[in-house]
Amino acid sequence: MSDPQAPVKLRQRILNWFHHHPQAKAWSLVLPGGLWLLVFFLAPVLVMFSYSLKERGIYGGVEDGFTVEHYLRFMDRLYLKILWRTVVDATVCTAICLLLGYPTAYVITRGGRLKGLLLFLVILPFWTSFLVRTFAMIFLMRDTGFINTLLLKLGLVTEPIVMLYTPFAVMTGLVYGFLPFMVLPIYSSLEKLDHSLLEAAEVLGARSTRRFLRVTLPLSMPGVVAGCLLVFIPALGSFLTSDLLGGAKEILVGNVVQAQFTSARNWPFGSAASFVLMALVLGAVMIYLRVRDGAEQPAER
Amino acid sequence: MPESAASSSPASPQAGADAPVVEFRRVSKTFGAFRAVRDISFTIRKGEFFSLLGPSGCGKTTTLRLLAGFEEPDTDGGEVRLLGEVVNKKRPYERKIAMVFQNYALFPHLTVERNISFGLEMRGTLKVEIPGRVRKAMEMVRLDPGQFARRLPAQLSGGQRQRVALARALVLEPSLLLLDEPLGAIDLKLRKEMQLELKQLNKELGTTFVYVTHDQEEALTMSDRIAVMDNARIAQLGTPAEIYECPRTAFVAKFIGESNFFDGTARERLPDGRFRVQATAGGGSYVVPAGPRVAEGQPVRIAVRPEWLDVFPPDQVPPEENAIAGRIRDVIYLGETLHVLVDLPGEQRVTVALRNEGQLTRPVRWQRGDAAAVAWLPEDCQVLEDE
Repeated sequence: MSDPQAPVKLRQRILNWFHHHPQAKAWSLVLPGGLWLLVFFLAPVLVMFSYSLKERGIYGGVEDGFTVEHYLRFMDRLYLKILWRTVVDATVCTAICLLLGYPTAYVITRGGRLKGLLLFLVILPFWTSFLVRTFAMIFLMRDTGFINTLLLKLGLVTEPIVMLYTPFAVMTGLVYGFLPFMVLPIYSSLEKLDHSLLEAAEVLGARSTRRFLRVTLPLSMPGVVAGCLLVFIPALGSFLTSDLLGGAKEILVGNVVQAQFTSARNWPFGSAASFVLMALVLGAVMIYLRVRDGAEQPAER
Repeated sequence: MPESAASSSPASPQAGADAPVVEFRRVSKTFGAFRAVRDISFTIRKGEFFSLLGPSGCGKTTTLRLLAGFEEPDTDGGEVRLLGEVVNKKRPYERKIAMVFQNYALFPHLTVERNISFGLEMRGTLKVEIPGRVRKAMEMVRLDPGQFARRLPAQLSGGQRQRVALARALVLEPSLLLLDEPLGAIDLKLRKEMQLELKQLNKELGTTFVYVTHDQEEALTMSDRIAVMDNARIAQLGTPAEIYECPRTAFVAKFIGESNFFDGTARERLPDGRFRVQATAGGGSYVVPAGPRVAEGQPVRIAVRPEWLDVFPPDQVPPEENAIAGRIRDVIYLGETLHVLVDLPGEQRVTVALRNEGQLTRPVRWQRGDAAAVAWLPEDCQVLEDE
C-alpha cells in the first residue's frame, strides 16, 4: 500500500462507518449546536431560575437559602401595573407593525424588478446597532431636532412639538425597531402564494377585495402570526427604547429587570421578574401553536 | 395564412342567441418584444369540444388566457368576443366563464365542499341552493360527497383533486368551460379514463369546452375540432380527421402523429391531371395528385403517414403504386404494429408501419440489408404548403 492512498482510505472508512450507522450520523450533526445551547442557554437559564429562589446578597449577588418572596413581590400592584402596561405596549406595537408591515410586504411581493432592492431596504437598518438607531431617533424627535427645525422653518408650527420623552416617542421607537420582523415573514408567506389561486378566485367571480379576504389573507396567516410573535416577544422584553426615548418615565418589565441587575443590585428579584416575562412569552408561543395547528385542521362550517 | 381565416366560418355573426360562443377576430398579443399570439381568428360553436394544440411556447396558453380575461389583446390587437359581445377589456369575474387550471389551483385552506361552493358564493347564489348544487356537482364528477366533502385538498390524490377542480368549475353551470392541460399531472391510465369522461360531460351538459393541450393523442381523442398552433399562429384548424389525414404543413404533419417526407420537383402534368415528380435524391420519380400547390417546374414536398406506406421486394411493387428503392435498416416490434425502417437514397430514412399479424405464426421476413422498395398509392400522400 502506497502512502498517498492511506488518508483516502481512512476517510472512506469513516464515511462508510457513518453510512452504516445513520443514528450516529444524525447525532454528529446535532451535537455541536446542541452543546452550544446547553452551555450558553440552558445552563444560564437554570442558574437564573435558582437565583430567583435565593436570598438577596447585601452587596449584590445572592446568598444561600430558599424563598419565593421575589415572586410574591412581583404580585404587588405597582409591578402588576408595569406588567400590564408592558403587555399593552407590546400589543399596540404589534398591531401597528402589522398594519404598516402587511401592506409593505404585499407591495414588495408585487415589486417585480424592484423586489430585491425593496427587501434590501427593509433589512438595511440591521446594518447598524439598535442603540445607534435609537439615538438617531432622539436627534429626529427632540425639540431642536430635525423634524421640529423643519416645521419651524416652514412656519407650520410656532413652537416645537414635544415628541421626545413621551409615550408617542417610545411607541415610534418600538415600531421602528421591530417593523422588519413583521415585514419579512409576511413577505415570505405572500411570496409562496401560488398566483394561479388568485386567478382561480378571479375566474370564479371574486373581485379584488373579496379575493384578498377569502384567499390571500387566510393563506398568509402563518406569516402574520409568525411576524406578530417576532414583534410581540422582543417588544415585551424591550428596555432600551423606553429608557432613551421615554426618558425612563415609562417603566416596562424590561426596565425592571435591567434595573435590578444593575443599579438596584437585587439579582434574585431581577431573575424572578425575567421569569415572569418568560412565562408571558411562553404563553404567547402557546397561543401561536394553537392558532397554527388550528389552521391546519379542516375549517368547520 | 389566408386559409386559417377561411376555415373560421361565419363572416359576420349576429349578437345574441345565434352568435358563436367564442369568436377571435384577428387577435394579437405581445409581451414586450415577444409576440405570443399573432393575428389569429377562429370561432367556436355552442357545445363544441374545441382544442388548442401545440408545442410549448406556441401561443395556446396565451390564447386561453385572452379568452379567460387574464390577458388583454394589444391595442389594435383585434377583438375577443364571447356570445357576440366584445370582451377585450372585461375582467375574468365579469365574464361568467369557468376554468380548470393546469395545477388545479384548489384553495388549500378550504375543504372540498368550500372549494366547490366558492364560485357560487362569489356569484351571489342563494344560500339555500348551494349545498344541493355542490352535491350535484360532486356526483357529476363521481366524487362521493359523504366521503370527500370535508377533506382538504392536501388529503386527496391527484385524480381526486382533478375531479374537485372540475366540479368547482361545472357547479357554476357555465356556458363556456376553459381547461388548461388539466390532465397533464395524472397517470396514463387515469388520464385515458378522464379523457372519455370529459368528452361525455361535454356532450351531456351541452357546455362548450375549450381545451389546451400539447398531447396530440389527447386532442384527437376528445375534440370536435382542433386548432393546431405553431409560432403564435394557427397552423391548421379542422376536425381530428382533417388534421391527421390532410396536414397542411410539415409542422402539422410532424406534430400530429408521424410522417415521412419526400422532396421533389414537379416534372410533367399527366393526362389525368396528376403530376409526375422527380425525386430530389436518388433519381426516382413518383406521381402526386393535382392540387393548387403543384405546378410544373416547382418544388413539391409531400408527407406520407407510416401506415399508408408499404414495403415490397423491389421487383414486386404493384404497378399503380409509387415506389422508391432502398435497403432495410431495421424491424422494430411494437406489439400492435411493426415499424420497418428503410434507408433511401440521399441519407433519408423512412418508417413503414405494418400491422402485426403474428410474428410467431406469420413472421415478417425482412432482414437488415435486404433490398426493398417503399410504396404508396398516389392519393395517400399529402402535398404540403411552405410554412
